[in-house]
Amino acid sequence: MSNTALFQDKVVGDRMNRVDGRLKVTGAAQYSAEYQLPGLVHGALVGSTIAKGRITGIDTKAAERAPGVLAVITHLNSPKVPGFAAKSNPDEPPAIGQPLRVFYDERIYFNDQPIALVVADTLERARYAARLVKATYAPEEHRTNFEANKERGVLPTQAKRNPKSPQNDKDRGQKDGYQTAPVKLEAEYRHPSEMHNPMELQSIIAHWEAPDRLTVYDKVQAVKGTQRAFAKDWNLPEDNVKVVATFVGGAFGNGLHNWPHETAAIIGAKVTGKPVKLVLTREQMFTMVGYRPYTWQRIGIGATRDGKLVGITHESVGQTSSYEEFTESTLQQTRMMYACPNVSTRYRILGLDISTPIWMRGPGEATGAFALESALDELAHLLNMDPIELRLRNYADTDPDNGKPWSTKYLKELYQMGAERIGWSRRQLKPGSLREGDWLIGYGMGVGTFGANRGAAKVRAVLRQDGTVLLQSATTDIGPGTGTAMVQIAADALDMPTDQIRFELGNSTFPNAPSQGGSATVNTVGSAVLAACIDLKKKLQQLGGASFANVQPEQLTLTNGQLGLKANGGPRTAFADLCKANNGQDIEVTTEAKPGNERQQYSMYSFSIHFAEVRVHALTGEVRVTRLVSGADAGTIVNLKTAGSQMIGGAIGGIGMALHEGAVMDDRFGRYVTKDLADYHVPVHADAPPVEVFFVGKPDTIVDPLGTKGIGEIAIIGVAPAITNAIFNATGKRIRELPVTPDKVLLA
Amino acid sequence: MNQFQYVRPTKTKAAIEALAKDANAQFIAGGTNLLDLMKRGVMTPPRLIDINRLPLDKIEKAEAGLRIGALVLNSTVAEDKLVRERHPLLAQALAAGASAQLRNMATVGGNMLQRTRCSYFYDTAMPCNKREPGSGCGALEGHNRMHAIFGFSDKCIAVHPSDMSVVLVALDAAVLLSGPKGERRLAFSDLHRLPGDTPQRDTNLEPGELILGVEIPDSPFTRHVHYLKVRERASYAFALVSVAAALSLDGNTIKDARLAMGGVAHKPWRLSAAEKSLIGKPATEATFRQAAELAMQGAKAFKHNAYKLQLAPNTIVQALKNAAASA
Repeated sequence: MSNTALFQDKVVGDRMNRVDGRLKVTGAAQYSAEYQLPGLVHGALVGSTIAKGRITGIDTKAAERAPGVLAVITHLNSPKVPGFAAKSNPDEPPAIGQPLRVFYDERIYFNDQPIALVVADTLERARYAARLVKATYAPEEHRTNFEANKERGVLPTQAKRNPKSPQNDKDRGQKDGYQTAPVKLEAEYRHPSEMHNPMELQSIIAHWEAPDRLTVYDKVQAVKGTQRAFAKDWNLPEDNVKVVATFVGGAFGNGLHNWPHETAAIIGAKVTGKPVKLVLTREQMFTMVGYRPYTWQRIGIGATRDGKLVGITHESVGQTSSYEEFTESTLQQTRMMYACPNVSTRYRILGLDISTPIWMRGPGEATGAFALESALDELAHLLNMDPIELRLRNYADTDPDNGKPWSTKYLKELYQMGAERIGWSRRQLKPGSLREGDWLIGYGMGVGTFGANRGAAKVRAVLRQDGTVLLQSATTDIGPGTGTAMVQIAADALDMPTDQIRFELGNSTFPNAPSQGGSATVNTVGSAVLAACIDLKKKLQQLGGASFANVQPEQLTLTNGQLGLKANGGPRTAFADLCKANNGQDIEVTTEAKPGNERQQYSMYSFSIHFAEVRVHALTGEVRVTRLVSGADAGTIVNLKTAGSQMIGGAIGGIGMALHEGAVMDDRFGRYVTKDLADYHVPVHADAPPVEVFFVGKPDTIVDPLGTKGIGEIAIIGVAPAITNAIFNATGKRIRELPVTPDKVLLA
Repeated sequence: MNQFQYVRPTKTKAAIEALAKDANAQFIAGGTNLLDLMKRGVMTPPRLIDINRLPLDKIEKAEAGLRIGALVLNSTVAEDKLVRERHPLLAQALAAGASAQLRNMATVGGNMLQRTRCSYFYDTAMPCNKREPGSGCGALEGHNRMHAIFGFSDKCIAVHPSDMSVVLVALDAAVLLSGPKGERRLAFSDLHRLPGDTPQRDTNLEPGELILGVEIPDSPFTRHVHYLKVRERASYAFALVSVAAALSLDGNTIKDARLAMGGVAHKPWRLSAAEKSLIGKPATEATFRQAAELAMQGAKAFKHNAYKLQLAPNTIVQALKNAAASA
């Protein structure tokens, strides 16, 4: 891993170990299901066995009589959730429609929809009794087959309502202009639904501390959003709902929606008067908590014989449920990545009798990049041209989608650095040229991009009488190492040692911050940490009196328990004296930081590049990814170690997308046949080669004062096409339907 | 999971008697498959008879060859010096199965009694004649990518999942049994059965019988052997197709051969005709291809597993090539 040496004498840029690493590896970190509350009882959900229709009866007698059972809750006896009368409950509704109202009525919208909750004194008794609940149904004809219904795809309602919505059809230049090009091709690409399976199962403990005070320990990516959602559901003041998510064991977007099981647990706690713990089973993770939707895409692309793009048309149909419109930005990369005079994009969604999808790492863009970056590779092959050369000939120096300048863009540097690292010169233009024994060898590449987003966030900064600084913000850490990055930012801003700074998150009582999603946490919360630290310094300056009156905050240092000047020999005041001057209190500031109008002037994106070397067995069709090189133009890298880990994780997720992951539905029953990790494959260690990560490392201070742009999404966007392009280079076989399993390679 | 009773006898006789008392009871050893099935409600035994304390955990030289007790762990067999010397093919197959953690729990007896991994068998809301006779075969008209191309019936097209069993069939092993009617010895190739009209029965074990172990006869297949398992990821997945190939070579001439396939039938699939066709021929790819074509006679695919008609013969060829090349 390399980083331009920008960060001399700074903590930002270090390979600092995670501040909570020890807690995590020793098991001391408490996840949502691990809180010990007096009187805690356990819930188990019963799912429907039809995909569409009505419940005509539920026999709960045997379950109610089973040992240890405290309650069996169904739509027949559930207390009414006041907010269910109103529309929508989640924080930022990802969809237009009505999120599933658990135990609300007899309607069934998807197979394995929760129809009953059993609460018992132990987990085993709850799960046993859940099996005794028997439902009868009046089934209705269901639609779960995407391909059979593809033509029914519709423009999303938000696009119909708002002509400015990016989900509308859009033409730059001539509509379908690719058709006029001397060299052109058309191709369809498919990828199946990919199911959210972070290591930690979805889990919640719901505790009514008083009839009007709810605390939930909940695996979510938005503590404030969840607080607002449940306050609305239960008609409570927001402050009466407390949401705790101190540790989250991976989420990838799955915790950005509030799901039926959460409300089921809250109802269970209401009915029994006890704290209820509900942990989904692994099988329920496949049906109840979202997924990356099945998507069909068609690309038409054309160029001149010397490789200047004439046009790209990109259409897609993404799956959603019958009750919510989930949309994602599948076509965005096509609109902005290449200098191309004619670009047409048309996005449709298809509602099926399946649960609602949700964002999954690189949502939309990872799907779209598979089609776009494959099509570029196909075109390069038609032109007999190196795929990097084709991209360089169509390099966009400004955003072709809106004409704005980029805030920063170092994609040319990424092409060059990546090509050197993978040894791109070994790649042969003619597919099937490299072979070792029975293994065919190929090289491929793909580009990824994601908006460099920033929102508003507040941070509380407190200089405590013990001489440490405590920072708090209601963001979450789903794994990237948010607390660590924030401590590093604060250490530089305060000029204070990292071990004297603590950052607390994952609690709705902390100052407001958005959900952890969209690769925006460091941009958003990190900027607020920076601002709060500067405000804290200013306050200390005031308390420190005349000796600090005429200096800039950057000149101040907080070392050795004293406020002082960075320059040697200046005045120094002990923290204790500053607290004395503050009436003996901790010294506290709360600061909000938010973006300005830079988005109106600039186009702001992170960029990534991925190179793959693969081996494909000539007789068995097995594919092995033997090397991956992933690079990012993501602005300032706050922590090279955790950022590198994010890139590696994304790259391995991309291997899963390319080669392994895919939900399979039996449309006769509207029920998945892949519903555990034996049937639904993700890469294992043996599938994950060494991943070489590199960063351009140049700050983008237009996005935010730290110069960061975001890494989480671009780590996976473009990986799958890099691998499938390499498979083509190895074999001459172009497989346009993911995942590329041995059967597809053999039959191609 | 349902409630169940649990007993842990220390003597083989007591274990067999305990099972005789309750026809629905199940032996449990490593539990790597049974516990999953119980959690999913696929199997609901009212009583578990834990056999882990029975004295069946030895690997010994016997008159006819090597005797491996039913309770020897998969990882122990894979690493055992005698096994690796005499039956390296068996060590390879065991190392190709499951994960290190599972191999450290799973036993030889349990390995051969693994239930099928057919998704319809695992989901109690779906039809499956094996789980619930008469409910229909979900896979027949459903998703059948993983399913059989040989020996199936219209009642069941599931495949047997064990890697170890494929090698034991190839090496002419015998399984040693004890039951209410005394001890008996069964050719390993007769242990598993085809589904026919009774797919609920995986094996020809008599009610109440306990597996004591397996015996593998000494053979010349100690060098030119290969177990090739083709799967959807590099490790920790069930076979799409697997092939156990063993050659005895004189120079480049094949003196004797053993071949069996996994992932293609309700039982490990011995390829006797293909074996015979190899004898006396030069160990070349052309010879192997002919044998593979012979092996595929009678194969029939369903909607999603036609690739196996290509993958299976290719895997046979590759396994034989690897076996011939190994020293």
